[in-house]
Amino acid sequence: MIMNIIVCAKDVVDASEMKIDTSTNKPIIEGIPRKISDIDKNAIEEAIRIKEKHNGKITVITVGQPDSKERIKELLAMGADEGILIPYPEKYDYHIVSKLLTEAIKKINEYDIIICGEASTDLFSGQMGPKIAGLLNIPQITYAFNLNVENDKIIGERNMGENSVTTESTYPVLVTVTKEINEPRLPSLMEILGSANKPIHEWKADSLLTETNTKVDTIDIKGVSMERKNIIFEDSIDDSVSKLVDSLAKDGVLG
Amino acid sequence: MVLVYSDNKNLTIEILSKGSELAREIGEKLITVIIGKNDEKLADEYISYGSDEVYIVENEIEFFKSEEFSEILEKIIKETSNNYILIGSNKNGKELASRLAGKIDAGCIIDCSNIYLKDKKVTAERTVYSGNAIAIEQFNSTPGILTVSSKVFDPLKKDEKRKGNIVKKKYDIEETSSKIIKVKEMQSESVNVEDAEIIVSCGRGFKNKEDIKFANNLADTLKGKTIGCSRPIAADLKWLSEDHWIGLSGHKVKPKLYIAAGISGQIQHIAGMRDSGIIVAINKDPEALIFKSADYGIVGDLYEVLPKLATALKNKIG
Ligand SMILES: Cc1cc2nc3c(=O)[nH]c(=O)nc-3n(C[C@H](O)[C@H](O)[C@H](O)COP(=O)(O)OP(=O)(O)OC[C@H]3O[C@@H](n4cnc5c(N)ncnc54)[C@H](O)[C@@H]3O)c2cc1C
Ligand SMILES: Nc1ncnc2c1ncn2[C@@H]1O[C@H](COP(=O)(O)O)[C@@H](O)[C@H]1O
Repeated sequence: MIMNIIVCAKDVVDASEMKIDTSTNKPIIEGIPRKISDIDKNAIEEAIRIKEKHNGKITVITVGQPDSKERIKELLAMGADEGILIPYPEKYDYHIVSKLLTEAIKKINEYDIIICGEASTDLFSGQMGPKIAGLLNIPQITYAFNLNVENDKIIGERNMGENSVTTESTYPVLVTVTKEINEPRLPSLMEILGSANKPIHEWKADSLLTETNTKVDTIDIKGVSMERKNIIFEDSIDDSVSKLVDSLAKDGVLG
Repeated sequence: MVLVYSDNKNLTIEILSKGSELAREIGEKLITVIIGKNDEKLADEYISYGSDEVYIVENEIEFFKSEEFSEILEKIIKETSNNYILIGSNKNGKELASRLAGKIDAGCIIDCSNIYLKDKKVTAERTVYSGNAIAIEQFNSTPGILTVSSKVFDPLKKDEKRKGNIVKKKYDIEETSSKIIKVKEMQSESVNVEDAEIIVSCGRGFKNKEDIKFANNLADTLKGKTIGCSRPIAADLKWLSEDHWIGLSGHKVKPKLYIAAGISGQIQHIAGMRDSGIIVAINKDPEALIFKSADYGIVGDLYEVLPKLATALKNKIG
């Protein structure tokens, strides 16, 4: 069976590069490097492995920034066939973005597996995947750390915390994958050059969805800074250890 | 109405306390839902912890499954015109809440760390950007779905005399084309890192599973007795059970002393321990990120540092 796979990949700010503006107590987002959300690369990698086994087509959809194409290119170089960028409308929340992704998926029409990350690295909700599954009313296999894709069914082993749950489903199905499912490949220079001709389409939000009202608004965002002493002992290990023990005793945290 | 559901009893009881406050403030009733066995004793308990009504939805579904459970909740919500739905934020709860949000076209806020009314609107706080910021989110329509993790709200005092209704429900549920074929309980050591006062935490700097003993020895000396770890140690290598896992996708801890050994200090790990009192880092790489988030650091091999530290501490505190 030929597998048509859709991967939802998000373009996020790299939270590890983020700083807090101490005068306003707001996180600085402008000018921070952006990247494809980490686990969405695992999602692409898994799609590529499925395609390698079954043949088919991988389409990436991103609801993102006007320049998110720059990041989508990397996923095409890894092995996705086609990209779709839907620039964020003026106002958006999970409701609007999930509807845009769902409408785009419906427009693509032919799909067997939709893959999302278990969670995005900026907002970390784990909401988008199951929400899309609910909107499309198709089964969901969440937190998959292993997938077995067969012609008539898919079997996922899922990390559900206290339990490891194995779920089987027919197609179409929505899957969310964990970081442990695979090691995303790094595209070679050849692959990067070769992907330059792969198409990235731009679909306008208002061509997919007439609804513009959000359901949840972010009314404020407060930075949380962390101040630490940053004392590094760089003497011999024995001296460092004894200085550390003295400091901890002085701080009163050993009792 | 305000509806509360979790497949975890303790989590349900914790959320009931916020649920009853919310229900009172918006002048609505508080309903708790039990799905599965006809457990009237549990229903009574939920009433004594603040629920006005408990719906028991009896069915044959053996294991939690979002497809069916979201359909049951959808039916109850449509019947009772619920305004707000509070769901326990374990992994089951998160995928249930999100699927339900898609089905009933509702706004949904995952992992709320606080919930209150602001300008008469239900407002919630949640951590974003791996702990770098807190977003304040507000519903502008109902129904609204919120999920809450364990230990966010304290339960109300149990009041055995509280009265409430128990309503038995049965629903015909559409059969879905997915099924659970195996459930394996993950090995767990019943460690409670969330309440620990001192944590010694292990990362990929440990070369073998057996070597975790160096962290154990240190923890024993510190009478902390609690071992934590980074995600790869629990999720990839499975050297320690999930209850040791600290970070954005693991447990959030705030001990008075946190010792990170062989942990690089990626922001997703920091997100789980940034509220610790004193943070100590032991790493052989002087450039390791963890030193930026530490109060004290020793640049060195953990295999040398940990035993020496255990001995020195033993001498100091006996
Ligand atoms: C969405 C998402 C969620 C995540 N959630 C979590 C989470 O909840 N918790 C979490 O921990 N991670 C999480 N991660 C993963 C995180 O990004 C890092 O990959 C992970 O924390 C790295 O673990 P580590 O520090 O143990 O390993 P590494 O990054 O491999 O670091 C090992 C460190 O050990 C040091 N070392 C090696 N040998 C020695 C020695 N002999 N002595 C001393 N030091 C030595 C090395 O210098 C290095 O700094 C998440 C990632 C994503 C994308
Ligand atoms: N704007 C977006 N565009 C494409 N995919 C997204 C977007 N937001 C979230 N996703 C997908 O949904 C997953 C979970 O995101 P979240 O619910 O934000 O944790 C991500 O890993 C992506 O696969």
